Amino acid sequence: MKIEAKEKPKVKEKPGYKSIPIGGVIPKAGSSREYKTGDWRVRYPVIDKEKCINCLFCYIYCPEKCVVVKDGKVERVDLDYCKGCGICATECPKDAIEMKLE
Amino acid sequence: MSKKLGLLGTSAIATAMRQINPDVVAAYPITPQTAIVEEFSQYVFDGDVDTEFLTVESEHSAMSACIGAAAAGARVMTATSSAGLALMWEMLGIASGLRLPVVMTNVNRALSGPINIHCDHSDSMGARDTGWIQIFSENAQEGYDNLIQAVRISEHEDVRLPVMIMIDGFITSHNIEVVEVLDDSDVKDFVKTNKAPFSLLDVKNPITFGPIQLFDFYFETKKQQSDAMRGSLRIIREVSREYEKLSGRKQPIVDMFMMDDAEIAIMVLSSTAGTTRSVVRELRKDGIKAGLIKPRIFRPFPVEDIVKSVKGLKALAVMDRSDSFNGFGGPLFTEVRSSLYESSNKPLIMNYIFGLGGRDVTVENIKEVFDTLQEVARTGKVENLINYLGVRE
Repeated sequence: MKIEAKEKPKVKEKPGYKSIPIGGVIPKAGSSREYKTGDWRVRYPVIDKEKCINCLFCYIYCPEKCVVVKDGKVERVDLDYCKGCGICATECPKDAIEMKLE
Repeated sequence: MSKKLGLLGTSAIATAMRQINPDVVAAYPITPQTAIVEEFSQYVFDGDVDTEFLTVESEHSAMSACIGAAAAGARVMTATSSAGLALMWEMLGIASGLRLPVVMTNVNRALSGPINIHCDHSDSMGARDTGWIQIFSENAQEGYDNLIQAVRISEHEDVRLPVMIMIDGFITSHNIEVVEVLDDSDVKDFVKTNKAPFSLLDVKNPITFGPIQLFDFYFETKKQQSDAMRGSLRIIREVSREYEKLSGRKQPIVDMFMMDDAEIAIMVLSSTAGTTRSVVRELRKDGIKAGLIKPRIFRPFPVEDIVKSVKGLKALAVMDRSDSFNGFGGPLFTEVRSSLYESSNKPLIMNYIFGLGGRDVTVENIKEVFDTLQEVARTGKVENLINYLGVRE
């Protein structure tokens, strides 16, 4: 069984010059949560659960903390924020992660 | 009651700054601006103002400090000249890009090199595309008037752009003129208080100034900035009208002298307009239909006012106190000429580059230009499009 995101994150239509605050000001705190950096990505990770031993190396190495773990097992990758760096695939001791082109 | 005082140009500016009473002034000395902040620092020392005066290590730092203070919501002013303005270059774009209302006096001085301390407009013309509103002053009175208006223009909610006002180095800055100074209380009422939409010091509402904006938002922010600059002309008109009422002095976007029936005219910025005015008066005595056009506002470029101002003219000389080194013409000339492209009723046009590095422009020089204009109007032919006035061969 391969874990693949069922739906790619939709690229939200960004607001235009008529509605954004002037001068590039961000008028509230913590707004980076809303900035879906996933659309920077060129490749996305696909985890082969047959090969995965749940060592959680991917979870530890992911610089964006995008590997979602549930009950000590790799559940999925949060593609809203995964930038497709491929560190998880490089570090996986079982070659269970493949970086696929978007 | 306003009162008439004999003031140095720098003193007229320092007096306006005292009356405006800004929250923060950060400045670094440079000739010929130094006398402004020197006098202002005395006001700070004497307790005549409530200003936090920051002595910084360079103009780059001066503008950086102004930007920080403006982001905190303060009313901020500074002054500079020439190389000082050039050193601010990076920060000029940040002040305008972040839409911060910094108000600065630039005392026009030639850029190096060769090093020179005297007047030309190469410094402010070099900054003409940095997103600052630019206002040129003919004399100390206009410098005083323009600076007070600049505060209101800059801080207006529909503008929120930095403004630089210019006076000519030495010619205006270091001569004593009669300046009508408004009542302190009238200036205080006129400039009101700065209502910043955001403040960095508002700890209950933390915000971010100057975040990175890449291909996804930078363009939108720049379009807003462009629209604000374009739209600022309407606000400049409003503020000018209000200031006219207060001061009793006309505050035109483009000043026109003897232009009603003029057939030939000179268009020029700042103090040379004064010399031209006196030549026009003389020529009128001889029945020559000469006139003067003096744009006060250069940024935003007042296209419609410029087009209107040349109506009915047969020949126009646009005089630039700086060269663009573009292999064509001076900055005022190229923009005026471009503005007239669609006009069906445009005069023959010439460019005169003059007065670089403080080279004196005399009554005879101006007469020479009017002589050529008469010839052009008569023959309908422009011999030389780009001319250098008063340079030795």
